Amino acid sequence: MAAAGTCGTGTRSTGSMVAAASTNNVTSFQRRGPRASGADSGCSRLVSIAGTRPSVRNGQLLVSTGLPALDQLLGGGLAVGTVLLIEEDKYNIYSPLLFKYFLAEGIVSGHAVLVASAKEDPADILQKLPAPLIDDSYKKECDEDVCSHKMEPDIKMKIAWRYQLLPKMEAGPVSSSRFGHYYDISKRIPQELIETSKWHGFFLPEKISSAFNVESCSLTPGYMKLLQFIQNIIYKEGFDGSNPQKKQKNILRIGIQNLGSPLWGDDICCTENCDTSHSLTKFLYILRGLLRTSLSACIITMPTHLIQNKAVIARVTNLSDTVVGLESFIGSEKETNPLYKDYHGLIHIRQIPRLNNLIYDISDVKDLAFKLKKKLFTIESTSSRAHGRSSCGTMLRYPTAGHVESSQTRDQTLIPCISRQIRYRWTTREIPEYIFNYISGQV
Amino acid sequence: MFPELNNLLNTTPEGAEQEKLTLLCDAKTDGSFLVHHFLSFYLKANCKVCFVALVQSFSHYNMVGQKLGVSLTTARERGQLVVLEGLKSAVDIFFRPQEEPHPLQFLREANAGDLQPLYAFVRDALEPVDCGEAAWRCPVLLVDDLSVLLSLGVGPVAVLDFVHYCRATVCREWKGNVVALVHDSGDAEDEESDVLLNGLSHQSHLILRAEGLATGFCKDVHGQLRILWRRPLQPTTPRDRSLTYQYKIQDKSVSFFAKGMSPAVL
Repeated sequence: MAAAGTCGTGTRSTGSMVAAASTNNVTSFQRRGPRASGADSGCSRLVSIAGTRPSVRNGQLLVSTGLPALDQLLGGGLAVGTVLLIEEDKYNIYSPLLFKYFLAEGIVSGHAVLVASAKEDPADILQKLPAPLIDDSYKKECDEDVCSHKMEPDIKMKIAWRYQLLPKMEAGPVSSSRFGHYYDISKRIPQELIETSKWHGFFLPEKISSAFNVESCSLTPGYMKLLQFIQNIIYKEGFDGSNPQKKQKNILRIGIQNLGSPLWGDDICCTENCDTSHSLTKFLYILRGLLRTSLSACIITMPTHLIQNKAVIARVTNLSDTVVGLESFIGSEKETNPLYKDYHGLIHIRQIPRLNNLIYDISDVKDLAFKLKKKLFTIESTSSRAHGRSSCGTMLRYPTAGHVESSQTRDQTLIPCISRQIRYRWTTREIPEYIFNYISGQV
Repeated sequence: MFPELNNLLNTTPEGAEQEKLTLLCDAKTDGSFLVHHFLSFYLKANCKVCFVALVQSFSHYNMVGQKLGVSLTTARERGQLVVLEGLKSAVDIFFRPQEEPHPLQFLREANAGDLQPLYAFVRDALEPVDCGEAAWRCPVLLVDDLSVLLSLGVGPVAVLDFVHYCRATVCREWKGNVVALVHDSGDAEDEESDVLLNGLSHQSHLILRAEGLATGFCKDVHGQLRILWRRPLQPTTPRDRSLTYQYKIQDKSVSFFAKGMSPAVL
């Protein structure tokens, strides 16, 4: 764990091993727990940083992405020192939400935040962050949404027993958890939270001066400036352990918006063979080098659907650690597909890193879709919606509006599907009485 | 090292072959478990290893190495292992320009650089010391991975030249081995990667190709490994023997089984 690691180097550098006292020897990937050498017995009290937790599998330090459902899919959270790449959806409607969740989580947890954008002023971005939800106000929202929700999730299911076997996606806030919060998109973050937080902004039009004194390096000037800015902040604020006097360790959350778009001065999205084709990949490599040697985590949104050269997309994916792709249904033929009726798009987990391990935490749930409700962004699995793990092997029919045909069979596996449909389609007055009895458990 | 893979390849740490170029290749999956295998294999075989680690940090390899039974820090302290940490060195050379030639000098250059300084680094690391104090078995160069060099602006021909130089020095002159990992881009139409992969395939003696299953994700079978032996030493043996196995990666080892014979299915 990074905390143990930095504590360890602290005791080592004051000890006898002067040779190993290079202050740059901090990586985020150090194991928590008793070390084989036994040299760190003095560091048994772990310095824990707010808003982080160690991974169950490999002792890696994790931070929340701001969406507990996404944390679960990524194996508990985003590892400190890694890059989360979000492939933007076509019209860039939903990826800014994930970006904002990440930054809001940083502000609420007290982390330092660095926002880089070529389009919007970072101060404006921070103003528009969603407000965190406190536990009891969330419960009220939940009750308003679902009108006749009779079944409590923790009651042992009598009829829909197959659903109990399915993995649960986190749909409600875990009470008083310091890791991962829920946010209300319709409200703005309170001003005092922003003011008390430490944030740094990088707005490209301000930083780029008209006189380009470009060094002979194949990075575009925008990327060059951004890297220097990030390295400066990491070094000055001591996120790379270069300032051992600082007692309170903190995480730096970096958010880079629309990387690779023409606003950054990169024409990788405009032409297929561009001159600066290695600029973006070099940037990612050096950024990852910076992250690995400091206590920081980075989210990057990139319009990969605009990149003409597929080889570059493959290289970018290989150079990032975690890659999540968003695909929205707007304007595509999936919009009219009944399977995706209640969702706004699909979410693809394209890559999860193997850190300190041969294996990684990959969730079994594959068909994931997201939905933007009035106040929340939720991720659900479409396959559990469709048919559960029915062993009867038949394809379930979706009752179209007004049809009660499937209910006649009284098949146990069909009923749970209908009960969900009924919630959204019919009012309680219209449900035939025998179905109503089934659902309310009176049969 | 994975004992099952040793059986498949018919090698042991004591009887490791020399003067070989082994190509590790992955398509649609992550082939880094092969790198961990060869790293621990050659360390256990008491060879002097130069590890060019461009993808992950040293502690990542160390952690996995400990699960496989070798300690990279001990090997580094003893002088058996020389590591070039790509990520850390890239940050060093990018932000603090240095006077003496750095192995990753090409990062600062605008045009496609060449890998001469990197070759010089490898040569200095693996040069056999004549006083014979430690008597390591043979020098081994392990590169993880070469496709990153393409992403960083080096042309495929320059990478092929680098491998050629390393082979001439390490394999032929010093009777050692070279192992390199390359990503196969598949249908991503990456011409540079194809040039590099084809060029290396023709030069190598042993190719291990890890592929993802054509049918997609599976919990019990993580992929398929194709082993191809090229350049047989005796002219009478049939050329290019090849084997295919499926594998599942576990916490500390990888289990191999014939196609379709996964324990989960039987």
